Amino acid sequence: MKILVCISNVPDTTSKINFTEGDTKFDTNGVQFVINPNDEFGLTRAMWFKEKQGATVHVATVGGAQTEPTIRKALAIGADEAIRVNAEPKDGFFVAKQLAEVVKNGGYDLVIAGRESIDYNGGMVPGMLATLLDMNFVNTCIGLEIDGTQATALREIDGGKEKLSTSLPLVIGGQKGLVEESDLRIPNMRGIMMARQKALNVLEPVDAPQLTKDEKFDKPAPKGAVKLVRPDNVGELVDLLHNEAKVI
Amino acid sequence: MSVLVYTESLKGKFKKNAFEVASYAYKVAQDLGTTITAVTFNAQDDATLGTYGVSKVLKITNDKLDTFNAKAYADALAQAAKAEGAKVIVLSSSSDTKFLAPILATKIDAGYVPNVVAAPDSTSPFVVKRTAFSNKGFAHTEIVSDVKVIGVSNNAYGVVENNVSAGVEDFNPSLTDGDFAVKSVEVDRVSGKVTIADADIVVSGGRGLKGPENWGMIEELAQVLGAATACSKPVSDLGWRPHGEHVGQTGKPVASNLYIAVGISGAIQHLAGVSASKVKVVINNDPEAPFFKAADYGIVGDAFEVVPKLIEKLKEFKAQNA
Repeated sequence: MKILVCISNVPDTTSKINFTEGDTKFDTNGVQFVINPNDEFGLTRAMWFKEKQGATVHVATVGGAQTEPTIRKALAIGADEAIRVNAEPKDGFFVAKQLAEVVKNGGYDLVIAGRESIDYNGGMVPGMLATLLDMNFVNTCIGLEIDGTQATALREIDGGKEKLSTSLPLVIGGQKGLVEESDLRIPNMRGIMMARQKALNVLEPVDAPQLTKDEKFDKPAPKGAVKLVRPDNVGELVDLLHNEAKVI
Repeated sequence: MSVLVYTESLKGKFKKNAFEVASYAYKVAQDLGTTITAVTFNAQDDATLGTYGVSKVLKITNDKLDTFNAKAYADALAQAAKAEGAKVIVLSSSSDTKFLAPILATKIDAGYVPNVVAAPDSTSPFVVKRTAFSNKGFAHTEIVSDVKVIGVSNNAYGVVENNVSAGVEDFNPSLTDGDFAVKSVEVDRVSGKVTIADADIVVSGGRGLKGPENWGMIEELAQVLGAATACSKPVSDLGWRPHGEHVGQTGKPVASNLYIAVGISGAIQHLAGVSASKVKVVINNDPEAPFFKAADYGIVGDAFEVVPKLIEKLKEFKAQNA
């Protein structure tokens, strides 16, 4: 089984978000970039398929040279090879088109992407990729077993979960649950050394139309001070929620 | 050229978000000088959509679509969009809809913008405001493509009544075996409980509750308020509560009217996931907890003393206002 894990290079979850150039661009100044958390759960599940079922695992990202430390980290965690499509992502569809080309040429059976990136939160790349390639697709995937070409997936739904049965080739939009938080791996020194020897192939992008354009960014209005209620006067909170906030 | 809206139902009954997306679609249709057409799957009472501005309903009745299937639903919606010559398609942000939206958009060569929180900034060019960076920012995004798909955030626009008369027509999309290549085997949905996605009020517990055995009071508080229960990431990582209850940046997003956080300190990742809620209340014994900076109302105190008192006061309130 040949697996491609799609990696998005995103600001660390604790990053302060600021915008620059007249609020038209995300300000990367001082921001630490990491593997998108939803992708990291998928990568860890892919390592399980590698170790238990002999799968080959490649990782791919769409981004400039500045994304290489993130993709090297994926190699250090244990992926066999990496691909970087050398283009700044314009929108979700653009990224899906680039990855579709990678999947087509690489003959992958299973594509594991994150259900959404924590920067632009589009949540559209996995579904678009599957549709472009006419592959089966399961989103918000929290469990995946592969037996030959048969796949059993668990999907998180509003208020519960759903068990699905399908076959390879398959794309999933993964998230926490594919593996547990405690299963995530920190690259060790041996992994980091080995990652330096592994192939990181840089591909030039294919043409793709840009369907959406972020014109301007802004931040939520600053919050007013919290109104504190004394713990021995809880009734006041009920009163405030009813008469002032009007939410009960 | 109408605005198309997908109005979701569960077991024949429209979900609350169906009325919200119809309300949003009505606003877009007004701006564009057109009307809205809704697509329904095995729904009852299709004509009630007229209350929210729907002029025409394309009613799909098909046993094979009783259980949600993303590809088949997307295919049906794509056919409806083409039949109507729709330029704008309005969807919700439910997990089912987020599953089908990218499939639909790709099928009809549409640009897709999810997480939209307000009526369009303008319709020419077509610019919408959406959340980005996990609610730490907003983007004003232009949809350049001819056909546009918009996903409206839960509870962001609200339900607005715009009474029109809805004509209901049967619509029979042609579906292929390929549409059903991903099969539902089993749906495990908690019944009789409000889901986080649909809830007006969410009550959430954190590590400050010390252990899963102490969740009784969270459940009771939620029950008194008709609220859904949720938890912080450490609580789900520790296995105290199921993953499905984890809210925050890597968990479920919350956009309720009222969010009550008990024993949650308010890590930046948690706040990102819940900040779309309109009113936030925090109960925590640590006055330095970061959540107090993000909340509207707070009580510095021991949750084990405050929550039972709050339940008691709410019961009195409910009894008086019943």
